[in-house]
Amino acid sequence: MIDIFSLSVMDIVNWSLHVGLAHFLLLAAVLFSIGLYGLLTKKGIISTLMCVELMLNAANINLVAFNHYRPFQDFSGQLMAIFSVAVAASEVAVGIALAFRIYREHGSIHVDELNNMKG
Amino acid sequence: MGFPLLSTVLLAPLLMALVICFLPREAREQIRVLAAAAMGLATCLTLYAYAAYDTAVGGMQFTEQIPWVTDLGVSYSLGIDGISLPMLLLTDVIGLASVFSSWNIEKRAKEFFILLLILIAGVTGTFVACDLFIFLLCYEVVVIPIYIMVLIWGSTKRVPKEYSGMKLTIFLLMGSAFMLVGIVSLYLGAYPAGQRTFDIQALIMASQMGNMSAEFQIFVFLLLLTGFGSLLSMFPFHSWSPDGYAGAPTAVSMIHAGVLKKIGGYGLIRLGLMVLPLGAKFWAPLIAGLAMINVMYAAYCAMVQKDLKYIIGYSSVSHMGYVLLGFAALNVVSISGAIANMVAHGIMASLFFSQIGYVYEKTHMRSIPDLKGLAHYFPRVTIGFMLAGMASVGLPGLIEFVPEVTIFMGTIGVYPFFAVIAIAGIIFTALYILRMLAKVLFGPKDEHFAKYEDQKGVEVLPLLLLGLFLVGFGIFPELLMRVIDSGVQPLAPMLAALSDVPMLLGGGF
Amino acid sequence: MSEFALTHAWLIPLLPALAFVVIGFFTRLDKSISAKIAISMISVSFLLALGVLAAVISGPITMDNPLIQKVLWAKMGTLELSMGVLVDPMTAMMLIVVTTVALLVQIYSVGYMEHDPGAGRFFAFLSLFASSMLGLVISVNFLQMYAFWELVGVCSYLLIGFYYYKISAREAAKKAFITTRIGDFGMLLGILLLQITFGTLDFMELKELVPAYIWISGTGFMTVVGLLLFIGPIGKSGQFPLHVWLPDAMEGPTPVSALIHAATMVVAGVYLVGRAYFIFSALPAVMTVIAWIGGFTAFFAATIAITQRPFKRILAYSTISQLGYMMLALGVGSLTASMFHLMTHAFFKALLFLCAGAVIEAMNEEADIFKMGGLRHRMPTTFKCMAVGVLAIAGVPPFAGFFSKDMILAAAAEVSMPLYLLAAATAFLTAFYMARLLFVAFFGEVREDCPAHETNSYMRMPLVVLAVLAVVSGAWGHFAGFGEWVYFGAVQEEHIDFMIAGSSVLLTLIAFALAYEIYVAKRFSAHLLAQRFGILYTLSYNKYYVDEFYTIVRNTFVDKLGAVLYWFDLHVVDGVVNGLAKGVGCLSCVFTALQNGQAQRYVAVFYCGVIVLVAYSVFCAVRILNLLGGAF
Repeated sequence: MIDIFSLSVMDIVNWSLHVGLAHFLLLAAVLFSIGLYGLLTKKGIISTLMCVELMLNAANINLVAFNHYRPFQDFSGQLMAIFSVAVAASEVAVGIALAFRIYREHGSIHVDELNNMKG
Repeated sequence: MGFPLLSTVLLAPLLMALVICFLPREAREQIRVLAAAAMGLATCLTLYAYAAYDTAVGGMQFTEQIPWVTDLGVSYSLGIDGISLPMLLLTDVIGLASVFSSWNIEKRAKEFFILLLILIAGVTGTFVACDLFIFLLCYEVVVIPIYIMVLIWGSTKRVPKEYSGMKLTIFLLMGSAFMLVGIVSLYLGAYPAGQRTFDIQALIMASQMGNMSAEFQIFVFLLLLTGFGSLLSMFPFHSWSPDGYAGAPTAVSMIHAGVLKKIGGYGLIRLGLMVLPLGAKFWAPLIAGLAMINVMYAAYCAMVQKDLKYIIGYSSVSHMGYVLLGFAALNVVSISGAIANMVAHGIMASLFFSQIGYVYEKTHMRSIPDLKGLAHYFPRVTIGFMLAGMASVGLPGLIEFVPEVTIFMGTIGVYPFFAVIAIAGIIFTALYILRMLAKVLFGPKDEHFAKYEDQKGVEVLPLLLLGLFLVGFGIFPELLMRVIDSGVQPLAPMLAALSDVPMLLGGGF
Repeated sequence: MSEFALTHAWLIPLLPALAFVVIGFFTRLDKSISAKIAISMISVSFLLALGVLAAVISGPITMDNPLIQKVLWAKMGTLELSMGVLVDPMTAMMLIVVTTVALLVQIYSVGYMEHDPGAGRFFAFLSLFASSMLGLVISVNFLQMYAFWELVGVCSYLLIGFYYYKISAREAAKKAFITTRIGDFGMLLGILLLQITFGTLDFMELKELVPAYIWISGTGFMTVVGLLLFIGPIGKSGQFPLHVWLPDAMEGPTPVSALIHAATMVVAGVYLVGRAYFIFSALPAVMTVIAWIGGFTAFFAATIAITQRPFKRILAYSTISQLGYMMLALGVGSLTASMFHLMTHAFFKALLFLCAGAVIEAMNEEADIFKMGGLRHRMPTTFKCMAVGVLAIAGVPPFAGFFSKDMILAAAAEVSMPLYLLAAATAFLTAFYMARLLFVAFFGEVREDCPAHETNSYMRMPLVVLAVLAVVSGAWGHFAGFGEWVYFGAVQEEHIDFMIAGSSVLLTLIAFALAYEIYVAKRFSAHLLAQRFGILYTLSYNKYYVDEFYTIVRNTFVDKLGAVLYWFDLHVVDGVVNGLAKGVGCLSCVFTALQNGQAQRYVAVFYCGVIVLVAYSVFCAVRILNLLGGAF
């Protein structure tokens, strides 16, 4: 395991300059977290949809990155990512359509007010 | 393997239910005739089996076995012995009688008969199954039709029918939950992985080989006792019984009180005693105590009821106390008596319910203050009531006498205190039954009932059919006892070996 | 013929049963055919019983050497229940008594039931009763006896409640059944104890086993068994304190009262004690109880009878009193006296009841004797028969009651003086109230509105036959040596103790004279006498309030307790059930709060769950990797 307390300054500089898998994963994690934060806090349905997009793209980055660093080079990661993009697109389409309907019904698209499913 | 008799008995109602599914709703006449035909066939075959069963050989006969899920040790395995055969006969006779009792049903007749046939098939399955998996499967098949039938065709008196239907179903399901855990524990505990099986005979073998420790048996028996006990309306799990019968339509009350309840007693003997003798012995004093409470407590409750169905409901709880008492005494005589008592009670309770059902169908009255002097206008119903009532009281020459005396003879030496109190129950039984008969049947003429007709045609058949068995087995008890004896006799060595096994609280009563 | 009857004694109860089945299923609605079937069957039974009697008298059968036939009835494990026939002189005597009275009563019923639409049913029930009673008589073991004992009980129930549209009849029937059931409970316990102690219920086997057991283990346990067994006879034979049903049982048609509640069924208890005498006679404590209950009942019932007004009720209390005599005889150790009195009593009491039936029918259902009067002018035959009956029951020589009662008094005097005095006082009271009955109803002036007339020949013929029997049966029994024939242990010597016989005849005559003075010559006012005795009269007239006492007991310990237990069931047992259901409901309320419809909340919860799961799996993975040696 990496013992972070024994790392020297040079090690850190080295690690920062040589872009590797970890950097991609870090990026994806940051994106995912931002998306999740937005999903949990935003009131508007459109913003939440956008946040979902962010999270999906974070996943896509992971897929492509892992694929790149695999010992056997094929395109399964990219393939997955493209699938995911397609699904995301359709999801957005459905989501926006739902948002429209909801706006028509309720006159607002605040997520808080959509509690018809309350038990 | 010759003609698959038991499969035919089991599947005839099911197949007929399927056939009825495809008939038009309007063909009420054809539907009920077909239902009666299916049950008639099953009854005839069962009677044949009853006559052909070789009591000298004993054991499981008419067996059929087809492997089903071999990895789990499940097989479609049927068979009957001296314990299940009377139960099977009871099921089919009461099933047939209940079809005749439902003859005049108008509302959704098609669905009614489909559900009724499924119900009967389910009950039949529990008695002929030699495999616990099949047993449980059939048992679960029983529960659902009952719920639907109570909700659609039931009646609301003291409590809404929704309440009684729910109560009935929840208790049955609760029982089956305990049963399920118990049965799975048996399955897992009897053999190591790889040899596991649901076959009852194999489980009995495992028990005899000592694969199950005393602690295990005691624990699992408690589970089974809770499960089967709530089915058998053992105190304090009895309260579904009066409410449930009161809400249910006639046919369901008949089958429920007549046979379904007996699955509890049957299961206790078949699984509780045969597979888990040490557990049975340990808990026997508790069962005997509860049995005594059942007898007296329910008799007292029956005394103050106003609704006929409640009286019979409590009366059946009271009679089940005798069955439990017979079981708890754990000797050949008392267990024979318990089985015979289940048969006896089944016949007479369903006769009672069929007669009450007829009166209710005609007059829409069931409460004692409303009904009076029925003997003037309903002579046949009166005969039915008298026969069933006198049987309940334990009149010699009717079916209940020998079983009751047998149970008493078997138990008084084992639990003198409980037995004496339970025997005092015969006075109280006489009291509430005769009060009911006197108020409902006898007394001055009431012109109000002049417009109703007595039973005629098919309506008399339940009385004739059940009356035949009531009197036949009463005058010739050996017809019944011979078969039961051949089923219980093989248990004698095991029961004898139990004599110095530890009991709860030392068992000193 | 007699040999045939002996080996086919099982036919005797079977034939009336057959009549019951045939009438019940086919000819119920046709009165005359039903009557013919019933009468012909019981006549054949009667002839067979005569054959049995002849065979027993001439053959080698004695009390110690009975004829036994048995068949297996039901068998489970080691327990075998059998049914069978036991013929000894006591059985033969009972068979004759039962078939004779049953036959005569059925003939009488043809007339009595002439206008009743339910006559077919009546004959069916009478046949069933005769069959059950005969089955009881020939019982070979306790279980068979118990079975038929219950059957006669239910026949009695059906026949008391024959007029089912009358509330009083219906209630009386119920009361009779339940009161005797209390007795049956004790008896059943006794039988069960015998079964588990000896492993058999057969009379002949027990006869060997019981004395041996008592020899070894003492009388303690067997005393309990004996007392329990005796509770059955207390109920069935109307002994104190379970006598209350018998007077009410008079609600049934009068032939039923004659047959069942005077001559046959009520003596089943006496017969049972006689049959099981090998148990009772070995237990001195139980014998004392039997004697005192019998003696007390005899006296107690007689004191009630002197103030009652309804015709049949007086006879009912007199039956209780006479049954007390029989028990007393058994208790003081004289089976012979008891059985002898049983036989004579059956004849003269059936006679009295049938006369009562004739009178009450002639009076258009008026039962109060003080509303009758002078009936001897209107109903001469009935009056003569009635007079014979009264003389017989009062014990005037040479009528039947004299011999049997004398035997009982002599037996009592041998054992205990107080019991003898009690019995003698009862004899005095008996003569008094029977004379009162006779004088009030049959003497005096004919009332103007009296509708009475002589009854039809169907009803008269049995009266005459029974009157003859009431005259001759005692003397016949006495001189033909009843005691050499029905006895227990040793043969009884026949002798009349002139001291005892003379004093009892004297008492009887005084009682007659007294009754004559009061009710015919009217030298004393009955009304004034009643006032003079005030509280005693009230007690007696109200039957010592025993019924009221039982009503209180029943209300408290049955109805109130039942209501309490039902309350418990509804509110505690069901309360727990419903409470559990409510508990589950409340729990679900808690969990529904979690489902607030906020999608974002769900996501948050979901995400937390994912984190926990991932953390757990990472933790596990690290542990596994560490175990593998830190390859990471």
